[in-house]
Amino acid sequence: MPLLELTDVHARYGPIRALHGVSLTVDEGEVVAILGANGAGKTTTLRSISSMTRTNGEIRYSGKRIARRSPEYVARQGIAHVPEGRGLFPELSVWENLRMGGVAGRGAFDTEVKRVMGYFPWIERRRDQPAATLSGGEQQMLALGRALVSQPRLLMLDEPSLGLAPTIVRELFGTVKQLNEEEGLTVLVVEQNATIALEVASRAYVLEVGKVAVEGTSDELRRHEGVRKSYLGY
Amino acid sequence: MNVVRRNLGRAIGPALFLAAAVLVILMPRFMGEFRLLQFTLVAIYAIALIGLNILTGYSGQISLGHGAFVGVGAYTAALLSLGRPGLEALQLDPPSWMPLGDGMRPIFTIPIAALVTGLFGLLIGVPALRLGGISLALATLAIAVSFPIVMKRFAEVTGGGGGINLNLPETPFGWDISTRHWLFYEAWVTAGIVFLAGWLLTRGRIGRAWRAIRDGEVAAVSSGVNPALYKTFAFGVSAAFAGAAGALLAIETAYVNPDTFPVGISILLLASAVIGGLGSLAGAIFGALLYVFLPIYAQKPPIFSFEFADQAPGVVFGVFLIVIMLLLPGGIAHFFRALVVAARTGRFRRRSRTSELA
Amino acid sequence: MAIPARPALPALDVSPAARTLILGVGGFLGSIAVLVLIGLVLTQTEEVFTWSGYWQQVVSGLAQGAIFASLALALVLIYRATDILNFAQGEMATFTTYIAWSLMNHMSYWPAFALTLAIAFIGGAAIERTIIRPVEHRPEIVIVIVTIGLLIALNGLAAWIWNPEVKAFDSPFPNRTTEIGGVVVAIQDLGVLGVTLVTVILLWAFFRFTALGLVMRAVANSQDASRLLGVRVGWMLALGWGLAAVLGAIAGMMAAPSVFLDPNMMLIILIYSFAAAVLGGIDSPVGAIVGGLMLGVLINLLGTYVDFIGGDLRLPAALVVLLIVLLIRPQGLFGHKVVRRV
Repeated sequence: MPLLELTDVHARYGPIRALHGVSLTVDEGEVVAILGANGAGKTTTLRSISSMTRTNGEIRYSGKRIARRSPEYVARQGIAHVPEGRGLFPELSVWENLRMGGVAGRGAFDTEVKRVMGYFPWIERRRDQPAATLSGGEQQMLALGRALVSQPRLLMLDEPSLGLAPTIVRELFGTVKQLNEEEGLTVLVVEQNATIALEVASRAYVLEVGKVAVEGTSDELRRHEGVRKSYLGY
Repeated sequence: MNVVRRNLGRAIGPALFLAAAVLVILMPRFMGEFRLLQFTLVAIYAIALIGLNILTGYSGQISLGHGAFVGVGAYTAALLSLGRPGLEALQLDPPSWMPLGDGMRPIFTIPIAALVTGLFGLLIGVPALRLGGISLALATLAIAVSFPIVMKRFAEVTGGGGGINLNLPETPFGWDISTRHWLFYEAWVTAGIVFLAGWLLTRGRIGRAWRAIRDGEVAAVSSGVNPALYKTFAFGVSAAFAGAAGALLAIETAYVNPDTFPVGISILLLASAVIGGLGSLAGAIFGALLYVFLPIYAQKPPIFSFEFADQAPGVVFGVFLIVIMLLLPGGIAHFFRALVVAARTGRFRRRSRTSELA
Repeated sequence: MAIPARPALPALDVSPAARTLILGVGGFLGSIAVLVLIGLVLTQTEEVFTWSGYWQQVVSGLAQGAIFASLALALVLIYRATDILNFAQGEMATFTTYIAWSLMNHMSYWPAFALTLAIAFIGGAAIERTIIRPVEHRPEIVIVIVTIGLLIALNGLAAWIWNPEVKAFDSPFPNRTTEIGGVVVAIQDLGVLGVTLVTVILLWAFFRFTALGLVMRAVANSQDASRLLGVRVGWMLALGWGLAAVLGAIAGMMAAPSVFLDPNMMLIILIYSFAAAVLGGIDSPVGAIVGGLMLGVLINLLGTYVDFIGGDLRLPAALVVLLIVLLIRPQGLFGHKVVRRV
């Protein structure tokens, strides 16, 4: 049974329909990417899983239906969603942001926080700094760290590379890959940067205009002519 | 078939207007003097509410001070209709720089009061641009609260707490109708003129600019709309209409007094405008009906006779406000429009797209 | 994520805590300096002026301002959490003060006080869950009307249950004066200032040091981000309204001994508190407190020393001052400039 399963999901924001029947699966331990251009519905897909849009269709997490539950409930089931723009609390300090990650966790905040600081050692030095004063890369790492504190089973990242320098992006995705390989963390990542996404993910879905246009393993997609031309640039 | 339907749809507006006009002409035959007074008040408050509707509903600026504009119009009309000689006869001592004239027929004070109040509104509108939603609400609340206090303070002009007594106007042209009857027509004709003016403004370029500003000022700017101009203009227009309503009020009650314009009036006007339906001129009529008749029915709800309601009309009224906002957030006018649309398309929207105020 | 533009602060190379301390002390000393300055001006302009009389007015203005500050803090609390301006805050305070009045017929002051706060908390939370929750996402104007409806309903309910006659309300502080450094001050005023100080400190400690306080601050920063972290935002909002109701109850019980208890007791105070909150910056708790105290002192001094204003023009005068400040600095003294993101 896949960890996450979307079946024919339609989603809308008020009167605007964004997804027109998206189906995808994520198995435990996988890294899956969702690719596509702006406006294709990638972010909407993650938001639907987090129950932040009006959805029709079925979304099953670990066999349970979560489509019509509240976002808080979904988060507490072990799905950590790092949204577009990172969703940090700008006026709270770095440390306070991390503590907020512990809300959905299973009570082992102290150990988890130590683990996170292992991945991002600079956090200890900047604990009291307001999150808004961090650089883009640091904010992304903080957001990721905060998501990890809650010991999620599924980590969802929305456009983590947005606005970041290429070296930082590599570092970030390197950490994600490490988390997946060493700790078996399941990852669903939405990305416009298809190249780096396909390096880390084993499978991917390409969305166009709210539907799945192409799906397959990373290798298959790298060889796919349409994907190469539109998203990989060669 | 669709063309016929569409033309019929377009004809509804003018048809309703004509029907209303006929109703207004015929109504006085069938009612007593007190009812006539009540419906005169409905016209007067509808005029004020059209103004408030334009300010808050169309240009999106929340005002808690509309009652003060009505008061300015009322006092202006009172001062002008008595003129300097009349005021001095009442032991008042207005300063010499005030252009009060020698007194005039009350009906002429209406447009002048509208003009004066409109200028006052423009004056308010300029600094209002600097203030955001909350601050503007507070600033207008400040004006509403201060108005009766200031009127009392400058008693040499305004008659202070005692107010100013006016003479009841005479029916012109030697018509054989009662004064109340004449005032009824005066109010409704003015209402008709104001309604037409409002309609012309809101359906044209100015109305579109207002709506654009209300729905997203930044986007409006990038479409070439100068928000400052239109927002200030909205203040001026809404104040002018309120001033006309105030003048009529002064004429109708033949008395102005600071305590007739407490801050509660401004709040109740806003509530009536919202319940009647913002973003729709018909909403002003519903709101005015509410304003005049609801306090009476709040004391004796026709559905259940309740000692509670007798003792606590405030509770009934307050609960009514809350419940109706829960059920009909778009207001009564929107509800009827939604019914019409539902009849045509078979679908019913409870929330109006146009009532999204930032 | 829309990050509000940071207020421009001098770049000091110290920790945030030290910086707050420096600004706080500086502000305090600066205020004393300003007050002394005003006093010096008044020695020239007034025929009859005594320094002790002046400071007495300042202290009594501060006490009045403390009441404004409490209610303003309540308004800011709700506004920060939910973007709603609660017009009914004053009536909620009046209503709870009436409850205190009834309780005090059966028990002594401080137990009744504490019980009232508990009832206020539950009441405030209940109002949020039942009345406000259904309209939370509606347009602003709808919510404004709902809170106004609540105001009217509570006002009528209080008048109906306890009848609208003016009532006397006990104060826990003796009705005497005492002398401090040659200035005669009313113990009542000192008491009010003391209670407000304790309340503010407790509230600050709650938000700064407790887990619940942190979660509430997070919710005020971003509801959506909080949801994604599993926070039950609805209950946090109810908590916020409960706390605000407690603040209002304190304001009401501090004001009632002097202004006497009747259904309209808090209406004027609400306007002053509203003004104080906006003056300080509607999203700034510090601003609410500073704004409240400033306004209290201002209206007291204006009323005493400026003949033109006297007793009845105090409110319009205060509002004029407020409007002037807003025109110069629309976001208030401590508020954040709103960065419009397209």
